[in-house]
Amino acid sequence: MGKKQLFLYAFRKSIPVMLGFLFLGAAYGIVLQAGGLTWIWALYTSLAIYAGSMQFALLPLMASGASLPTIALMTLMVNSRHLFYGLSFLDVFRGMGARYPYMIFSLTDETYSVLCSCRQDPEFSAMDHRACWYLALLHQLYWVTGSVVGALAGELLAFDTTGIDFSMTALFVVILVDQLKAGGRDALSSAGIAMALALTFLFLLGAERFLLPTLAATVLVLGILQTIRKGG
Amino acid sequence: MSSNTYQLLAVAVCALCTFLLRLAPFALFRRGMPPFLRDLAAKLPAAIIAVLVVYCLKGLPAGSFSSGLITLVSVAFVVLLHLWRKNTLLSIAMGTALYMLLLRLI
Repeated sequence: MGKKQLFLYAFRKSIPVMLGFLFLGAAYGIVLQAGGLTWIWALYTSLAIYAGSMQFALLPLMASGASLPTIALMTLMVNSRHLFYGLSFLDVFRGMGARYPYMIFSLTDETYSVLCSCRQDPEFSAMDHRACWYLALLHQLYWVTGSVVGALAGELLAFDTTGIDFSMTALFVVILVDQLKAGGRDALSSAGIAMALALTFLFLLGAERFLLPTLAATVLVLGILQTIRKGG
Repeated sequence: MSSNTYQLLAVAVCALCTFLLRLAPFALFRRGMPPFLRDLAAKLPAAIIAVLVVYCLKGLPAGSFSSGLITLVSVAFVVLLHLWRKNTLLSIAMGTALYMLLLRLI
């Protein structure tokens, strides 16, 4: 594949996230601007942090003058799920030379999921992994554009976009369906275990605290099951 | 500390912590992964994405019955449409359109 085809492949793969990031980014920009910050801050935060829910959470923290250690702790808690994403791409990213740090930096929920779905494409293994880089760049470009436009012209977006955030839920649902279809019984059982653990912890610990224990328990249980299967 | 300096630092701290979380697995396994972990990591995408789906739906138990129903119906619609047409964009666009429509009708 030539450079152009790689880019076109990445662009095609990036479209599902485009609408969601533009609108969610705009929503973020609007909230940021309503809190008295200018578009420069939308640009700075979306370029430097690039983590949707944490960027939203940071606004009230900054407004109330939370201490820097508090902000650090909040970030580590809210974004703890990102600890697990790299495990799936250790080898792929390592082979990407100068692009390696950016790939790590830009590994959001959405980019992680879309990269997992890319990996199921038959042409992926033979492909120059520069396509992953294009994809990651495009995703961040959508996010940055959305948030800056939202901060600049939020009030001009007159139509009611309530519910557009469902496109991110739909994205994860679609990728999960693909994973299950391609991954056979192994994928089905690990997703089933993960979902059962997630629901258990959701009801036990509540919506704000269930994520990290769920991910840790999922890795633990899958690891134990793998050991048992290998032993027997 | 002026308010601008504080905000600059606050964003920088948040950015650094986010990056460190994303970096951790790469720093931890710099010499490659042990085979056990490699096999485990192969099973993680399906599991993690399943958790992300629950994460997106985490507001359901505390929310109202009708908003929960709208969400579940839309998710089921996305699953069925995707099994049928196998078109990622179509599934996401139609699912989101249905969700937004139901929100306004009910």
